[in-house]
Amino acid sequence: MEATYAQLAWIVPLAPLIAFLVLLAIGRQVNRHSAAVGVAATLVSFIFAVLVFVERLGAGTAYAWQDWDWLTFGGTPIGFGYEVNNLNALMLVIVSGVSLLVNLYSAGYMKGDPRYHVFFGYVALFTFSMLGLVLSSNLLELYVFWELVGVCSFLLIGFWYHKPEAKAAAKKAFIVTRIGDAGLLIAILILFWQAPYHDLSFTNLANAVAEGMIAPGILTLTAILIFVGAVGKSGQFPLHVWLPDAMEGPTPISALIHAATMVAAGVYLVARTFFIFEESAAALTVVAVVGAFTALFAATVGVAQTDIKRVLAYSTVSQLGYMMMALGVGAQVAAVFHLTTHAFFKALLFLAAGSVIHAVGKQDVGELGGLGRKMKVTAWTFGIGALALAGLFPLSGFWSKDAILTAALHKHAGYFMVGLVAAFFTAFYMARLFFLVFAGKPRSAYGHEPHESPAVMTVPLVILAALAVVSGFIYTPFNSWLGDWLTGAPAAEHANWTVILLSNLAALLGIGLGWLMYGKRSLDAEAVAARMGWLHKLVKNKYYIDELYRAVIVKPVKALGDLLHLADRFVVDGVVKLVAGGALFIGRVGTRMQNGQLQGYGLVSLLGLVLLMALLAGRRFFHVG
Amino acid sequence: MDNILPSYLILGAILFCIGLYGALSKKNAIIVLLSIELMLNASNLNFVAFAKYGPAPALSGQIFSLFTITVAAAEAAVGVAILLALFRNRGTSDVVEMDHLKH
Repeated sequence: MEATYAQLAWIVPLAPLIAFLVLLAIGRQVNRHSAAVGVAATLVSFIFAVLVFVERLGAGTAYAWQDWDWLTFGGTPIGFGYEVNNLNALMLVIVSGVSLLVNLYSAGYMKGDPRYHVFFGYVALFTFSMLGLVLSSNLLELYVFWELVGVCSFLLIGFWYHKPEAKAAAKKAFIVTRIGDAGLLIAILILFWQAPYHDLSFTNLANAVAEGMIAPGILTLTAILIFVGAVGKSGQFPLHVWLPDAMEGPTPISALIHAATMVAAGVYLVARTFFIFEESAAALTVVAVVGAFTALFAATVGVAQTDIKRVLAYSTVSQLGYMMMALGVGAQVAAVFHLTTHAFFKALLFLAAGSVIHAVGKQDVGELGGLGRKMKVTAWTFGIGALALAGLFPLSGFWSKDAILTAALHKHAGYFMVGLVAAFFTAFYMARLFFLVFAGKPRSAYGHEPHESPAVMTVPLVILAALAVVSGFIYTPFNSWLGDWLTGAPAAEHANWTVILLSNLAALLGIGLGWLMYGKRSLDAEAVAARMGWLHKLVKNKYYIDELYRAVIVKPVKALGDLLHLADRFVVDGVVKLVAGGALFIGRVGTRMQNGQLQGYGLVSLLGLVLLMALLAGRRFFHVG
Repeated sequence: MDNILPSYLILGAILFCIGLYGALSKKNAIIVLLSIELMLNASNLNFVAFAKYGPAPALSGQIFSLFTITVAAAEAAVGVAILLALFRNRGTSDVVEMDHLKH
């Protein structure tokens, strides 16, 4: 089979771009129908993505089109093109699929917002950028889209810009991810310098690395710098602080950008440039350790958060840590697999949380409760998502987490233990969240009787719930289809019953404890928290990371900024004012002279003449020139 | 005989300075006009002095001063006519009031 649809892969990102341009041009006029534009564009994308994906199932070599020279530095052209391989065909389906569902959901969620069309425009731009990022055939092109998704994230977090928190969160997200982006940029520059023919395309880089044309030290450095970029984008410790704050944006955005797609871009980047990481054991260890630490760290923070979306945000950070850990232990397939399943169930959880917020208008779990009877679909789908995230057999999260844990155990028992403990905490906070929101009685008066969300919102929930259940079966210990397909080589995946049993046990323990404390209430959560004392306080305050950054980085930088501001105000502005004042003074004097008195003019001319003659005489007298 | 030229030149310079002072400081337009005539005649004096006692004595300097006197007469006539017209128009001959150039 020839690559018929792969040649048309450019349509996938093009459709949302057109939607964005249309909404930009006539959004105000089609305001109420802008959702239809967004849905239609992502539907086209999704259909083509599925066609490309199905075609890729027939294997074959990757199709790449990179004939267009975008920039020329000296004699070195930088191409702009796209490449379709198995990894990004899968990513295309995930991104366009989730985007389609989110567009559909937003049609209900954002109803009545005065900037309805702007919202869909931004979402379309984001979808375009993300699809472009996935299709990019060289690193510089990827970097362009990498920054574009960052901009979209910024715009959408700050969508409700009248809220000061949203503004602050948008700025924080932009600045913190920028730190990581700098790392990625340096890595690209190093590769540009080192790669043969200065060709940054992935194929060329992979060949160069495979043939050992780049020194090992440089490779380690490059790998770590690329990882720094991934750390910023994927919210890994220590740059994770922006992701929980990003929850100030509309909930569908949290589902699309900050759970399913953009934050997974870091994982995708590492997976895409994995040939560099494979050459450097040190870089792999860094990735694995940072990932494992983030997984555990964020999971513990999630336990004590009270905002429904923030719990999910920390959960995202933690799960991304899992993926990074999987990459670090060399299990590329497991990481991509977890990325896939996570995209489905985390988008589901966010959308379900959005459904709750839409119905009640509150998002503090202390004020929610008893919604299970009022919102059956939301409660059921959220429950399925929570179980999938907790990693309970046989839902998708179980299979992907199992794949990661098996690989981790294979590498080092330490990673496995960290993963297991994190899995326990994950199960616990999801149980806590579920029971607090949907079980029991309302803990505060709702403004009006909560009701189930409209069908346009619940249908995506149901679809995602179905995917959260079944998407795990593409890669199980008994069916290694995804692994074979992604790597092109049959993988010998053996069922490790210890891992399966232990991970299920951890999940069940977590859920059980959550049920005891928040469902049945035979264990008083307050008392447990009080018993923990400082530990609870530490976790509740997110390990004071924000405070630490504020004291160590933000304050000194701000002080420096104030200092420079003073210098600007008094030194630079002073010089400018001096120049302006001088011109003004001369102007005043000139005005005074321009008085129409002919005799005055004559006098001035006379003085000028005398001055000239004095100068001439002086020159003659002192023998100058 | 040789030393007489500087005396003429000093006299011309004094006359010129008096004329210049008058032209720049007097308020009455007629006096200003007179002062300008004074400056002209100072230069005439220089012409004649150089023509007679200069390094290359020639008749052309004296002819030149004759021309200047003629032209000055014409100029004075025109100047007085303008002054008359101005006086009719504005009712004054004070040069301080004549600041039309400003506007």
